[in-house]
Amino acid sequence: MATRPAGYRPEGLDDAFTDPAVPDGAEPGAGRPAAQLPSLGLVGWLRWAWRQLTSMRVALLLLMLLAVAAVPGTIFPQRAQDPDRVATYLSEHAALGPWLDRLGFFGVYSSVWFSAIYLLLFVSLVGCILPRARAHLGALGGRPPKAPRRFTRFPAQGSGTSALSAQEVVERAAAVLRRRRWFVPGYRVDVRDEGHGTWSVAAERGYLRETGNLVFHLALVGLLVSIATGQMLHYRGQAIIVQGEGFANAVVDYDTFENGAAFRPESLEPFTLRLDGFDARFDPDTLQSRDFTAHVTLTEPGAEPQARTIKVNRPLIVDGAKVYLQGNGYAPQITVHDGSGALAFSGPVPFLPQDEVYTSRGVVKVPDVSGGQEQIGIVGYLLPSAVEVADGIWRSVDPQPNDPVLVLSVWSGNLGLDTGVPQNVYQLDESRLEQEVGADGLPVTLYVRPGETVDLPDGLGTVTFDGLPRFVALDLRYDPALPFVLVFALLAFAGLATSLFTPRRRVWLRATPAGGAPGRAGRDRGASPVGDAPGGGAPPDAVGVVSEVGRTVVTAAALARGDDVGLQPELDRVLVATLGRSAAGTGSHAGAAAADPGTAADAGLGVVAAEIAAPGQSSPQQHSTQTPGGGRHDDR
Amino acid sequence: MTTGDLSTLLVWGAATALTIALIAYSVDLARITEQSQRRALRAVVEAPGAVQEARAAQATRAQADVAAAQVPTQVAATVGAGVGTAGGAASAPAGRPTGAGGPAGGGAAPVVGSRSAGAAGDLEEPIRSARAEGIARTTTYLSVVLLLAGIVLRGVAAGRWPTANMYEFTIVGTFVALVVLALVQRRRVLAFVGVLVTGIGVLALVLALNAFFVQADAVQPALQSYWLVIHVGVAISATGVFTVAFAAAVVQVLQDGREQGRSRLERPWTRADGLRRALLGWRVTGPRFAWLRTMPSARELEALSFRLNAVAFVLWTLTLIGGAIWAEDAWGRYWGWDPKEVGTFVAWVVYAAYLHARTTRGWSGRRAAYFVYVGYAVVLANFTLVNLVVSGKHSYSGL
Repeated sequence: MATRPAGYRPEGLDDAFTDPAVPDGAEPGAGRPAAQLPSLGLVGWLRWAWRQLTSMRVALLLLMLLAVAAVPGTIFPQRAQDPDRVATYLSEHAALGPWLDRLGFFGVYSSVWFSAIYLLLFVSLVGCILPRARAHLGALGGRPPKAPRRFTRFPAQGSGTSALSAQEVVERAAAVLRRRRWFVPGYRVDVRDEGHGTWSVAAERGYLRETGNLVFHLALVGLLVSIATGQMLHYRGQAIIVQGEGFANAVVDYDTFENGAAFRPESLEPFTLRLDGFDARFDPDTLQSRDFTAHVTLTEPGAEPQARTIKVNRPLIVDGAKVYLQGNGYAPQITVHDGSGALAFSGPVPFLPQDEVYTSRGVVKVPDVSGGQEQIGIVGYLLPSAVEVADGIWRSVDPQPNDPVLVLSVWSGNLGLDTGVPQNVYQLDESRLEQEVGADGLPVTLYVRPGETVDLPDGLGTVTFDGLPRFVALDLRYDPALPFVLVFALLAFAGLATSLFTPRRRVWLRATPAGGAPGRAGRDRGASPVGDAPGGGAPPDAVGVVSEVGRTVVTAAALARGDDVGLQPELDRVLVATLGRSAAGTGSHAGAAAADPGTAADAGLGVVAAEIAAPGQSSPQQHSTQTPGGGRHDDR
Repeated sequence: MTTGDLSTLLVWGAATALTIALIAYSVDLARITEQSQRRALRAVVEAPGAVQEARAAQATRAQADVAAAQVPTQVAATVGAGVGTAGGAASAPAGRPTGAGGPAGGGAAPVVGSRSAGAAGDLEEPIRSARAEGIARTTTYLSVVLLLAGIVLRGVAAGRWPTANMYEFTIVGTFVALVVLALVQRRRVLAFVGVLVTGIGVLALVLALNAFFVQADAVQPALQSYWLVIHVGVAISATGVFTVAFAAAVVQVLQDGREQGRSRLERPWTRADGLRRALLGWRVTGPRFAWLRTMPSARELEALSFRLNAVAFVLWTLTLIGGAIWAEDAWGRYWGWDPKEVGTFVAWVVYAAYLHARTTRGWSGRRAAYFVYVGYAVVLANFTLVNLVVSGKHSYSGL
């Protein structure tokens, strides 16, 4: 372990910067030790297992497993969303159903195996990210690696000449590299005197990329923690409120209520809501809903009643909780008198809409009959705009109450309300009831319009359709972790964008006085190259330009971590900015050298003038087409 | 004629223009294929050993990580120069193909010779059809303009942003994919990518017009929110970008197979070898795929695919976040494992796996492209199956 390259690297990571295949002279650990096979004790095995868990390959495997494991939740019905469909599925698949249930396929996202996968993924994530974060914090204080001796194996290279001295060229280059362009921060730059008049610049940028990467992954962990906290502290209740009636915010007043483990009922603020009115608007042609608005009066403790509205996309915010409009319908006001004329039932009964035209189904249970008669149960439909399409067959054609009709059937007997077993309000327990049948043997059907009173069969009494108020179904929900979830989600997004679009690059530039190869002894600025050239000839220098007094040869190379199609253009930009700004007359040397393909081809270092040909797609920050002088680009 | 009808007419016009573009790209591709095949066969005839050297030279070119020159004549010259000068990363700019290849000489003479002949022949028979490419490019631009007009008029007719049902999703998504295609191809036409994207585009538009079409209308209360533009618009844009990235990944794998010289069809199979022999003509290393020489190298295509996938992945993350914020407002919970939410999540995870695979040793390059295939399939399934087959809160297909 001691011989590992500096900085943490998860198992299996492919990384150009720390990969010893690229000669990058300053990196420690450039060579790997010969493989040794120690015998592992328990700790050794644990360490191996941990290293495997936090490796890239296992992360990949877990990610794909997570993707695959999420799919059954869309194939099988889920209890959390639609318990009725689950029950139907179980009854239809008697053999397979219970096994699927046991294996958790009806509650995939809270099942053991799904949780295991994402928990393992997060453990792997944390185990990889924390050491990387430590390494990155250490690297933030570091300096860019020194310029390597040879530039020949780097993916981006360039060269040119300048009339300035080597030191001046290098300092210009450092200034160019350090400068910010728009939002792009500059490089971290080091200037070195390599001796014999040669100077070099080493620059690195893109620390933000790793920071973004770490922020993204850590924000995912924060997201998971916030979601879990929210699950524990949240509560959600549903209530149906009929027009004209009120509702108090207490657990007992809700029709259904569910909460997390850490919820305390006394934390509910006792406000009251009253439904004053409800507006619904539908498209006249397609009968699709267009607008739902509930007008309510909200009374918070110690405050005046206020009129508020709740719409589908605009919940009411009260006590830190949100009240949503989830559904609506009709609740016909019904009065039932029993056989002796006494009032047995009076009140609005919510009828639940079954389709788009609000054909609504409801149940009236009348237990309080006098005179020893049978209890009455009434089941039926409300048709808001009723039309008799055939004999005895009615249908609603419009969701608005243009011509409301109640179509009812009557049951008598024992409603079963005294058995101690709770019943569904919207369903009649027919086990102890008998349906009223007419003289022709068919069940009795009553048709009642608003304001009408109809006799019940067998002297059971009368039923009156008084009016047609509406009801709304409200969802109250409180989740204190919401702002945290949002913050972590946005942090993750920002980290992701940064880590994907920040290029991580190293740029090196070396300036050597002309008249000899870099590093040759005895060169100084003013010397005449002719006499100094080996063999007496006048060989061209690296770029094939005949040396003159005071010329400096500049070579440059760049390396990117990962694929970077903007690397060469970036290097070209730096070279042009450095050399182009030197004394007039040499401004287009970089360009001139490039325009001469013969010399370029002869040179061991090519002047790579063509753009990288990822067609049209360049790095979002560096656009590769700014060049002075026309000679650089290929004609097409 | 109402505005809605005019919008539909414009969309039909765009589909027609796109069909012409598809045909033009196909003609271009056919021409490239034909010329490449002819040239490959000629090289075999003139210098029998040159095929091996040509392939080795191509591998050298790929491994040298140097930009392929833009015009195939330069490809020939670079290969010749590369083989001739036993140098490293030299690449000759335009204008001197035979010049650079000629003096190289030496042991690679047969290759250079045939290359020069090929290069000389190049000047007479261009390897690609400039006219077909011109037509393809112009009709793509035309269809983009027509489609944009159709989308705007649809929005006017409906009185809202046109992103509320399957028909509108499809036409806007196709628009984004075509815009990305036009951007990617603004300097250089990649015939195969063009065929793939315009093919998918034509299919999508015609399917939308015939199967998904609904009248332009206002929307139900749940959709009356500015999130309709943000969440849905971003999702559609991401899908469009994923489409072009997928096309690039397809060509990348083909190119990679050809560069590596690997093809499952070349070595005998243990079973069903007759099938292999019947399909032998379609091996990616053979003359039928010689047009791949005119495409960028696999590394460059992978870089293109990665860039597009990165942009689309960021947009997809935004879709997830925006969707959760909107669901919190409209449905009272930010995440409910509804089928569409699950589909979006699965696609996100698969593309996250793709990004991981790119930096995992042994999983980058070709294998990473497989993740792109799976991811794109999930994106398409999320768009079609989940809207049309599975039922859930998210089924706003309008159908």
